[in-house]
Amino acid sequence: MIMDSACSLLHSAHEDEREFEMGDYQGPVARWCAGCGDHSVLTSAQRLLAEEQLKPETTVFVSGIGCSSRFPHYMKTYGFHGIHGRALPVATGVKLTRPDLDVFVVMGDGDCVSIGAGHWIHAIRYNVDMVALLLDNNIYGLTKKQTSPTTPQGYRSNTQPRGSYLPAMNPLEATLGVTNASFVAQTAEWVPAHLFATLKAAHAHKGFAFVRILQRCPHFTPDMYAEAVKKPDIIEILDHPEGIRADGIDKVYKNKISHDPLNLNAARELAQDQSAIRLGLFFRDESYPRYEETRATNKRTAREKMDILNEEFDSYAV
Amino acid sequence: MKLPTVGEAAPSGREVRTHRVHDHSVEIVSDSGEGAQKCGQIFGSVSAKMGNGVWTVEIIPAEVEPPPRNPAGASGIRIRLGDAEVTNWGDETNLVVAFNEQALLGRHRLNALAPDATILVESMWATHPDPSIRAQWEAAMEELADRSYRIIEVPMEEECLTVVDNPRKGKNMFVLGLLSWIFDRDLERAREQIAHAFRKKSEEIYERNVQLLERGYGWAEEHLDFRVEVATQASDLPMVVMNGNEAVALGAVAAGLELAAMYPITPATSVSHMLGEVFEKYGGLVHQAEDEIAAAGVAIGSSYAGRCSFTITSGPGLALKTEFLGLAVMAEIPLVVVDVQRGGPSTGLPTKVEQSDLLAAMFGQPGDAPKVIIAPATIEECFHVMTTARRIAEALRTVVFVLSDANLATGVAPFPRPDLSAEWQAGPPDQRPIPEGLKPYSWDSRTGISRRFIPGQPGGEHTLTGLAHDEGSKVAYDSVINERSSAMRSRKIAAFQSTLLPPEVNGDPEGGDLLVVGWGSTKGAIEEAVERARSEGLSVSSLHLTFISPLPPGLKEIFQRFGKVMTVEINYSDKKDDPFITEENRRRGQLAWLLRAATLVDVDCWTRVLGEPLRPGKIVNAIRESIRSGGDA
Repeated sequence: MIMDSACSLLHSAHEDEREFEMGDYQGPVARWCAGCGDHSVLTSAQRLLAEEQLKPETTVFVSGIGCSSRFPHYMKTYGFHGIHGRALPVATGVKLTRPDLDVFVVMGDGDCVSIGAGHWIHAIRYNVDMVALLLDNNIYGLTKKQTSPTTPQGYRSNTQPRGSYLPAMNPLEATLGVTNASFVAQTAEWVPAHLFATLKAAHAHKGFAFVRILQRCPHFTPDMYAEAVKKPDIIEILDHPEGIRADGIDKVYKNKISHDPLNLNAARELAQDQSAIRLGLFFRDESYPRYEETRATNKRTAREKMDILNEEFDSYAV
Repeated sequence: MKLPTVGEAAPSGREVRTHRVHDHSVEIVSDSGEGAQKCGQIFGSVSAKMGNGVWTVEIIPAEVEPPPRNPAGASGIRIRLGDAEVTNWGDETNLVVAFNEQALLGRHRLNALAPDATILVESMWATHPDPSIRAQWEAAMEELADRSYRIIEVPMEEECLTVVDNPRKGKNMFVLGLLSWIFDRDLERAREQIAHAFRKKSEEIYERNVQLLERGYGWAEEHLDFRVEVATQASDLPMVVMNGNEAVALGAVAAGLELAAMYPITPATSVSHMLGEVFEKYGGLVHQAEDEIAAAGVAIGSSYAGRCSFTITSGPGLALKTEFLGLAVMAEIPLVVVDVQRGGPSTGLPTKVEQSDLLAAMFGQPGDAPKVIIAPATIEECFHVMTTARRIAEALRTVVFVLSDANLATGVAPFPRPDLSAEWQAGPPDQRPIPEGLKPYSWDSRTGISRRFIPGQPGGEHTLTGLAHDEGSKVAYDSVINERSSAMRSRKIAAFQSTLLPPEVNGDPEGGDLLVVGWGSTKGAIEEAVERARSEGLSVSSLHLTFISPLPPGLKEIFQRFGKVMTVEINYSDKKDDPFITEENRRRGQLAWLLRAATLVDVDCWTRVLGEPLRPGKIVNAIRESIRSGGDA
């Protein structure tokens, strides 16, 4: 009886009457370089949280190490700025323990595609409900211009001064190749409306939502996307009623291709083809099992645990 | 020590001699996969249930199925029985049951067998159709003839074939029957134990195993002329019997831990096997991560989210987790790390015991990373340590190491059944609002302790970071902040140390010629050795450390009461007369190094890395030698 009334007390807890505005999610002024793409993603995320009215105390941003991984410090939510490449295991632990929390992961290309690549592959497979953002500027910025796995072949850096030796790795192609990939999208920080629409769709997705964000580094790779910024026609927008549709970009981004996000083979082909920069939803399927649901167990009270443990001890009794 | 042997009429009219002893060690050795361990575990459990002191140790080759009939591939188990509590595996084996002569040879060459051991060996190899096998048998018998073993041939396969088609899957239960007759075990208890061991198998398999048991018992009754009597005494206390890894797993449940993240590694993995079986019943989750690093990360993420979680590993896995452990120390995230130590470095001796991860646990993280290290000494302590570890991890917001080892992991011994308490469990994550003005690292200057903020707590929003940070978890751009936060993280451990009691001296607390200091699983062997040495009149005592970081108070004062202090450990140290070795360059036992640094006492060490638990007899020799050579040993 006591338990019952305690439970009903919890349930009848007063309605949360707080209303959140973008400012409620803003932490201290970001210390990224002027013109860094990270600023745009930060603003977009704050806008998303306000639009979705997420409670700051139940929202967690987990990051690794690198310029973009300072992200959680500039949010006014809970944050976990961990170690290089390991944001995804931490986020997995958070969500497995507290499915009630909204979990966002912010990784750079070094974090996700290089040192933490093993975790990335397996996080896709676990399909834990979280938003994973790859802030891909194709270079190591914080450590001052070293080649990353997504650096274009031939691009000069401090570690490969005669130009990157290998062809760049394609994170979309890799993600779409992994069993259980359930949401794969690409957007660009210089198209804020598309970026916002993509974050919104990713957050709405039940499962592991992987978003690659093309991003400029004004300091070390100022020319990387200069042409794409100047000539919007290089960019091809994936369009579909079930896909991501950003308000007000049609006048500038006229180059569209129809793509059904349920078609995995078509998504793989589009991701592989390098003839255009494509933004939009490559693939989404919410029917895939989510690890935290597959592994959910019935929580027990301390007393119940003692009772079961006593039974367990019976089988070891002398 | 042998008691008088008494005659007894055997059913067939043979004279059966019953050896009455205080203590007896039995080994069952075979090729891998023949079930010697299962046989030994059941025999050990039955003996414990009948009221013998029992300690079992598994003999495990590194491969799943090494080439058969190979001395290096011997797989098996040693069971030491006593008429009082048994705390270690003893010295040498008195009775061996060997499934083939090559496995037996392996044990003989490791000097595992007493010079007068009795050996029961499968006889089929002597008359095997393959002449090379017969030749191997002949050569082995010649080699074994060096000692005064008593070798008895047993037609195991022939007997088993009367019950099963594949004796490879049944010889072990036949052997259980042999041993049950020799030691006069209660067959009903053996049947119960078989039912428990095969609870997931069909009724038919149970029946067949019982038939094999009875066949073995009957054969022994008909053919053997000796029995062994180790007096049993029923305990007043309710007892349970299990191995150290099972105890850790059940201890984790009792402690209220709800998430274990791991990656398979020997010899730690069986903790997860056990947890995988029982944890979900308690609402817990065993997460098998993609690698050791991820296992640490998931546990840390889970702890951060409001639980205290744990990860389980062994040497190579510990190496991989290092960076995450540094983060947990730096960001003050509670975490329990169970390290079941094995031989190292690198892949080392994956299935064998060592105590060589102590300094890695202590100093393995680059940067200054103070933390707590606890070493359970017994299987019972493997159970209780988990509650202690969780509580300390949460109270101090830090990493707590539990250093078990392969000896405890696979050793089986009875201990008093714990009187469980719901109080041992962690409460649900604190979700109350954070009072205004309180910061995520509002360190108490005196103790270094601060209140942990948990996601979901309104007003506690902050970003935890592995960067140097201030009380508000803001990135520190000020060197003074790093000095202060380093002090606070170290202060917690010192404050905790002030709550520990000085350790008890086993023997003569007033002092003497020699104090032996040990840690972890060697406690039983050391104390048995000290007792034997004291009965010889040697002035020796021992002291066993459970907490190694922080060390308990009062050590220096205790050490000064003794003419000499020497650690006994299972890790490598140079011997003083080795080439090139001087007082200054000598590599010492890992605890010895710590104790010398902490006390400035000239602590000596005696250590061995033979891939086996220490034998009390060898420790007695080391004690004699140390006392004989005085301060100069």
